[in-house]
Amino acid sequence: MNSLIIIGLGVIMIAAAIFTIYQKSIVSAIISAGVISLLASVIYLILGSPDVAMTEASIGSALTTVVFLYALNRMRKEKKDDK
Amino acid sequence: MINKLLIIIGIIGMLLILLPILVNFQSPTNLSALAEEYVRGSVNDLKSPNVVTSVVVTYRGLDTLGEVTVLFLATLGVGFLLENKKNKSTQRTVSENIRTTSSFLVSLIMVLGIYIFTHGHLSPGGGFQGGVVIASGFLLLILSDLDFKISHAILRFVESISGLVYVLIGLIGLVLTIGFLNPAILPLGKYGDLFSAGAIPLIYSLIGLKVGSELTNIIATMGSDRSSESVVKEER
Repeated sequence: MNSLIIIGLGVIMIAAAIFTIYQKSIVSAIISAGVISLLASVIYLILGSPDVAMTEASIGSALTTVVFLYALNRMRKEKKDDK
Repeated sequence: MINKLLIIIGIIGMLLILLPILVNFQSPTNLSALAEEYVRGSVNDLKSPNVVTSVVVTYRGLDTLGEVTVLFLATLGVGFLLENKKNKSTQRTVSENIRTTSSFLVSLIMVLGIYIFTHGHLSPGGGFQGGVVIASGFLLLILSDLDFKISHAILRFVESISGLVYVLIGLIGLVLTIGFLNPAILPLGKYGDLFSAGAIPLIYSLIGLKVGSELTNIIATMGSDRSSESVVKEER
């Protein structure tokens, strides 16, 4: 049962990764990159390492996404100033 | 076309390299000698139920100190490079939903973060995870409240004091000649209590405060233009 869940999550992760690469909108790409980390943390939890799962969920999906979004916002602002 | 062909060849090559590992994989049934020593030492000598914590804080304590230093240097770099010198103010509105929810959620998130790093030796989690949770609480505050300002002086103070005390705890172990960062400088207590496992809860709380203040500093520097304005004004 567990291995079925892990395989299903893995397939969704690969789909999210491909979606991240081929997505035109950068915001959607950043969010689907965060989804990969979130699913990875669920896999870590199933495999029995809650410590790593916590780190992955909080840093990988929450903080990294926010930092990417801030960086995107800042780049847009600077582009607007240049014009 | 050639690019795609090269990518496919690369993927197939990786598959061929990794295939023997996948085919010959069998999950280990018993612990290796080193792992067994760690598990026994964590339960008997350190009285800490969470073996991961006792490895991170005690057996690999020097590595953790290096890790904290790396995070500190990264924060320093972000703060130095991303300081906003143009003094722009952005007009931003906050949705009513975020404002109402955050007033209720922020306190819960902070309590969860403090719980994670004070119970690092009993339950999964520890200083790094707890620090990140606290930083995400501050992120919610910054997002929801436009007038919210984080005092960079307080962040700097908390960050430097916790780093200093962390190193001092290590040095006390050297002075007592039981080893650098040995948690046995404090009484070990009863197995499973909150105040047990010597200095491990203390060290992890210090790491939690340090990581939390560093990451809050990154978020505040990147996120709000106002806070970086105040930094620029202070320097003048």
